[in-house]
Amino acid sequence: MKTRRQFIKISAAGTGAAAIGLQSLKLNGFNFLSEKDEQNPASDEEMTSYPTYCEVCFWKCAGWTYVDKKGNIRKIIGNEKDPHCNGRLCPRGTGGVGMYNDEDRLKTPLIRETDPEGHQYFRKASWDEALDLIAEKMDKLRQEHGPECLALFSHGTGGKMLSHLVKAFGSPNISAPSFAQCRGPREVGFTATFGEDVMSPERTDIRDSKCLVLIGSHIGENMHNGQIQEMSAAIENGATIITVDPRFSTAASHSKYWLPIKPATDLALLLAWIHVIIYEDLYDKEYVKKYAFGFDELKEHVKNKTPEWAYGITTIEPEIIRRTAREMAAASPRVLIHPGRHVTWYGDDTQRTRAIAILNAILGSWGRRGGFYNPEKVHVPNYPHPPYPKPKRSWKDAYPPGKYNLVNEVLSTGICDATIPNPQLDCHLRGWIVYGTNLMASLPDQKKTLEAISHLDFLVVIDTMPMDITSYADIVLPECTYLERYDSLRTSPHREPVIALRMPAAKPKYDSKPNWWIAKQLANRLGLQDYFQWENIEELLDWQLKKIGSSLNEMKRIGVKKYPREYNDLYNLENLEDFEFNTNTGKIELYSTELEIEDFDPLPNYTHHPEPPEGYYRLNYGRAPMHTFSRTTNNHNLWDLMKENSVWVNPKVADLWELENGQYIWLKNQDGIVSSFPIKVRITERIRWDSVYMVHGFGHTDRKLKRAYGRGASDSELVSKVFLDPIMGGTGMRGNFVTFLKEKPANNKEEVES
Amino acid sequence: MRYAMAIDTAKCVGCGDCVVACQTENNVPHGYCRDWIVENVSGSYPNVQVELRSERCNHCDNAPCVRCCPTGASHIVEGGIVLVTHDECIGCGACIESCPYDARYPHPEGYVDKCTFCKHRVDKGQNPACVDVCPTHCLHFGDLDDPNSDVSKALKNRSWKVLAPEAGTKPQLYFLT
Repeated sequence: MKTRRQFIKISAAGTGAAAIGLQSLKLNGFNFLSEKDEQNPASDEEMTSYPTYCEVCFWKCAGWTYVDKKGNIRKIIGNEKDPHCNGRLCPRGTGGVGMYNDEDRLKTPLIRETDPEGHQYFRKASWDEALDLIAEKMDKLRQEHGPECLALFSHGTGGKMLSHLVKAFGSPNISAPSFAQCRGPREVGFTATFGEDVMSPERTDIRDSKCLVLIGSHIGENMHNGQIQEMSAAIENGATIITVDPRFSTAASHSKYWLPIKPATDLALLLAWIHVIIYEDLYDKEYVKKYAFGFDELKEHVKNKTPEWAYGITTIEPEIIRRTAREMAAASPRVLIHPGRHVTWYGDDTQRTRAIAILNAILGSWGRRGGFYNPEKVHVPNYPHPPYPKPKRSWKDAYPPGKYNLVNEVLSTGICDATIPNPQLDCHLRGWIVYGTNLMASLPDQKKTLEAISHLDFLVVIDTMPMDITSYADIVLPECTYLERYDSLRTSPHREPVIALRMPAAKPKYDSKPNWWIAKQLANRLGLQDYFQWENIEELLDWQLKKIGSSLNEMKRIGVKKYPREYNDLYNLENLEDFEFNTNTGKIELYSTELEIEDFDPLPNYTHHPEPPEGYYRLNYGRAPMHTFSRTTNNHNLWDLMKENSVWVNPKVADLWELENGQYIWLKNQDGIVSSFPIKVRITERIRWDSVYMVHGFGHTDRKLKRAYGRGASDSELVSKVFLDPIMGGTGMRGNFVTFLKEKPANNKEEVES
Repeated sequence: MRYAMAIDTAKCVGCGDCVVACQTENNVPHGYCRDWIVENVSGSYPNVQVELRSERCNHCDNAPCVRCCPTGASHIVEGGIVLVTHDECIGCGACIESCPYDARYPHPEGYVDKCTFCKHRVDKGQNPACVDVCPTHCLHFGDLDDPNSDVSKALKNRSWKVLAPEAGTKPQLYFLT
């Protein structure tokens, strides 16, 4: 039976301590009884340190968790041997201790119940009760509809164990918003060109680059640690930075050139740059001759894409377009047009990243020092288990045959589509497990997400914190934080193959459990115990580590271990070495045969995107260096640094609307959606007059988050219009427009209700 | 010996890592900070400049906070580090008022607190916590009397400025421009 899920507002118990502002001059007088050693810094020598790698964002920097003699986690310091961080964590990694200490954490398993009046609430449950119930629902789903009707949304390391469980169960529907809402277009665009994708951490050789071009990529505000460190090294080395952004970003403030482009016109600029580089004969001729396919077609394609043509579209002066193109060419091949990371903007994002790939290709930067290096990773064997069952259907059956042929990952929005019944298509998903991702903030078009949820037989949410999505769950499982658990080994690719260990520095607080334990417990209840033949994760890790010449004991001591590269090919095209690319032609495809076969433009074209109507401004959003998505806004250490977001408004626009700095307003988008909460105005010269900007991840609707609830506004809520990328299903989110409401709108809901 | 810090504004991205590292290193209570970030925007669109600065106590040679302290709790130790002896501080707040850099805050336990240049680390030959955590390597610390120290080397080849020079405090935080 389908029940209309109510958003459960778990009431905040108690009043808590009064907030003390930074500027507060509250003098309490003396306290001679204060525990002095609690206030004084603990000496490193008096503490014990345990290896970990960070889980506050996806960069996963390795570090050491310091624990004092009383067992308190005092600080987390980067591991000097780790190439992800070189001993220096970012503010979120340093503040990771706030995640462990957060008093608002999920504390026990919760089960949704309905009282006699029809009011729904969460009941605290034991682990056995919650796991039995999940297993019962999963088994019923398997018996009645088939295991393929289950989907897993996962983000972060712990998702590996749950993915293994879901694959063993028999479902292929394992998805992360990091593809269709983030880096997907770049991976598809680069693969179509070079036969390989950009990977994470990105294979960008920023530190040795002589010219770094950032297109909307705000390194320094997005705190991808290795990228920041390398950008800083590039600045030290005198590299030229060219930043293209409608907003004067932090990166722009460190750049030689800032191109304040009209939003949604980047592709025109890229084509004009390609035009200048080809027609001024500035491209890397030997490289193009040896490796590239379709140069003549490209040359003809950009013949009329002159800087003058682009000027009318982008508002960037032709002379600046020429000058910056020449700067890039002068640095070639040590030039890097950064592929970006969150690139789902306007729906033609694969084509835009293709243009970025092409520009890199004609400047000869792929496989070259200062361009893109060739990463390598350690291959850790899997613990023996039976083969996974072969799924009979998948999320793709919810689309006409042939759709998304170039997509190698599962679209998170595709999971939603495959859940909402449609008489014409096979939309069969009926059960979701959501691990470590707050879908209400990570997916656009909340209405659609809520509709999909309303059709579910069950929704399980596993997280450390109550998030907006938690409130829609039938069963909530509290995971312990990364500081309290072992996890799978980190094996991400880098210049040198490297592994990192995460081990607990403290016992799990409250009644929380690690993901591996949850996965194994569910497997036992579902008759899948053969897939989890190890007793506990220490046994698994030690077995894996011994297969690669290490051991759990060694890794507990060192935390990070580097391995020699198998091949000496970090810059594998540096001297025009022979190389066969993994494309149809074996070449770098400037002209994409793969896209041509699928009936898409084989060479990127500029298309005009909708512009804001009068009185509306394009909603741009981005990151703040002290927060990750919507997950850190309640972390006390990071909340101290940034408590709410603000909406950036150009002074001319502010004058027009008579807005004042610091004033709270509501934002209304083109579909009439009004932000649940007001947002503070920041009047600044750092933004164009045709767009506004806000940091993503604020405006939480769950009261259980005592610090984050109702602070700032949610951009996700205002992104109701999505521009789908026809090539890979990415959800373009930068085509939404907002206007300002100075009065609190009537009937404005302060909580989302389904 | 003269401890000082140089902050490279060409590299700082204002991420606030120095603030969090200081909090966890020195147990600074939530809601307070010993170091902070200043964002200075000048010009008008599209000719804009932004300077980001990691700021803290300037450990002045001529420190008004030390001069005005009625109990002697505020004092200067070897290397020029300005400290507050918590037990001797009566929390009167005169030093807070006298500081042109707004570097001091009233600790909830009743005394005035501020940056110590992480003296407990410096005494062991380590850098202050903020310096060692900074992902952009924009903070340089050391002894100005030692020409090979990080801070001496950083100041040697770059132009720099100090904050509020008109206050005559002889501050020891140098901002590389």
